[in-house]
Amino acid sequence: MARELKVISADAPAAPEDFASKLAAHGLRLARAGRVEVFQVNVGKLCNQACKHCHVDASPARTEIMTRGVAEQVVAALEKFRFPTLDITGGAPELNPSFRYMVGAARALGTRVVVRHNLTVMFEPGQEDLPEFFRAHSVEVVSSLPYFLEQQTDAQRGRGVFDKSIEALRRLNASGYGDEATGLVLNLVYNPAGAFLPPKQSSVEADFRRELSARYGLRFNGLYTITNMPIRRFLEYLRRTGNEERYMRRLVEAFNPRAVEGLMCRDTLSVDWTGRLYDCDFNQMLELGVPRGLPQTLSDFDPESFDGGAVAVGPHCFGCTAGAGSSCGGATAVA
Amino acid sequence: MAYYEEEDLGRFKEVGKHRPDLFEKFMAWYEACQEDGALSRREKALIGLAVAHALQCPYCIDAYSQACLESGSNMEQMTEAIHMASALRGGAALIHALQAHNSVDKVSM
Repeated sequence: MARELKVISADAPAAPEDFASKLAAHGLRLARAGRVEVFQVNVGKLCNQACKHCHVDASPARTEIMTRGVAEQVVAALEKFRFPTLDITGGAPELNPSFRYMVGAARALGTRVVVRHNLTVMFEPGQEDLPEFFRAHSVEVVSSLPYFLEQQTDAQRGRGVFDKSIEALRRLNASGYGDEATGLVLNLVYNPAGAFLPPKQSSVEADFRRELSARYGLRFNGLYTITNMPIRRFLEYLRRTGNEERYMRRLVEAFNPRAVEGLMCRDTLSVDWTGRLYDCDFNQMLELGVPRGLPQTLSDFDPESFDGGAVAVGPHCFGCTAGAGSSCGGATAVA
Repeated sequence: MAYYEEEDLGRFKEVGKHRPDLFEKFMAWYEACQEDGALSRREKALIGLAVAHALQCPYCIDAYSQACLESGSNMEQMTEAIHMASALRGGAALIHALQAHNSVDKVSM
């Protein structure tokens, strides 16, 4: 039986099929939906953690972070284009000296602000007041917690992360987060602790709600399941453990055409720490910029040129179309 | 030579090379059994894992370990299912002790 795998580059996973061809075989075209709904800003690769599944390769040793000048461009773009949502990610975005400036400026413009907060950064020097800062600015907090048990969480995110995460969730709850009555939103993110697809989102959300409440008295609003993307550190893990071929076959076999419509690249504009533009944070990490002919940097951005335009794709995109689909907002379809 | 090759699990459909009609009927039945019904996919995956251990089928163990993880079970739950299957196998062996008792009683004074 033929077992030929397509390898685009050392950075890309070896997929048994071409993503663009797969879309075409299903009569699908991946194009931008219209206006940009989510302006996702990755402020850099500096993080207080070094998770095994991280597609950014973020760690305490990374020095690539957004300067104040680029942060001002971000705020200027918000003012000019009025993107409904600013989604700030990293790394641990709170470690960027311009983080609080950006949040404050965005909220002053009335922009909904989502912060991808890893929980443990709250225990870094100078970050202890983060729950209060988030509350004061009505920031929507999205936090990774791979599982409600210590073993799976620490296996993915590092020893001691589970206990710190539980304490951080307690502090967020104490500030009113996760309480329907306050309107302060705390959503959790489940990533599989290994080379397998996430379970059904509603099912794992119910598990988390029951177990976190019973074991720790914690509450949260919703839970997103996100598939581990076969790039950077997770791809290295797949290769090191001999799982790359099997995982990629799993993603391709689980291709769900109904997941395509809700893909985040259709209404997200992703910008990196230098101000370059991408269709998503995963493309950003592969340095796969927006398609040629489009403005490549934030300073050149104009919304019309993106409207209905093509999206840059690669074999990693099978990660977002497998099963129930995957995005920064969780599943995109019913599997 | 190893009698079981991990890759063969992905080649299962090659069984349909001969009498594809029978294989297709089997697959339709097999896939229908996996769907959410009165039992959830998660419960069915745990049953599959338990049966895989009772049958000691390495392909099934690989397939249902993955299915259990992807339907949201953790290792504690999976291990309980495996113990359940193993205990049943143990019990099924042990109940035959009565057969031995009967045999011995029959020939004993």
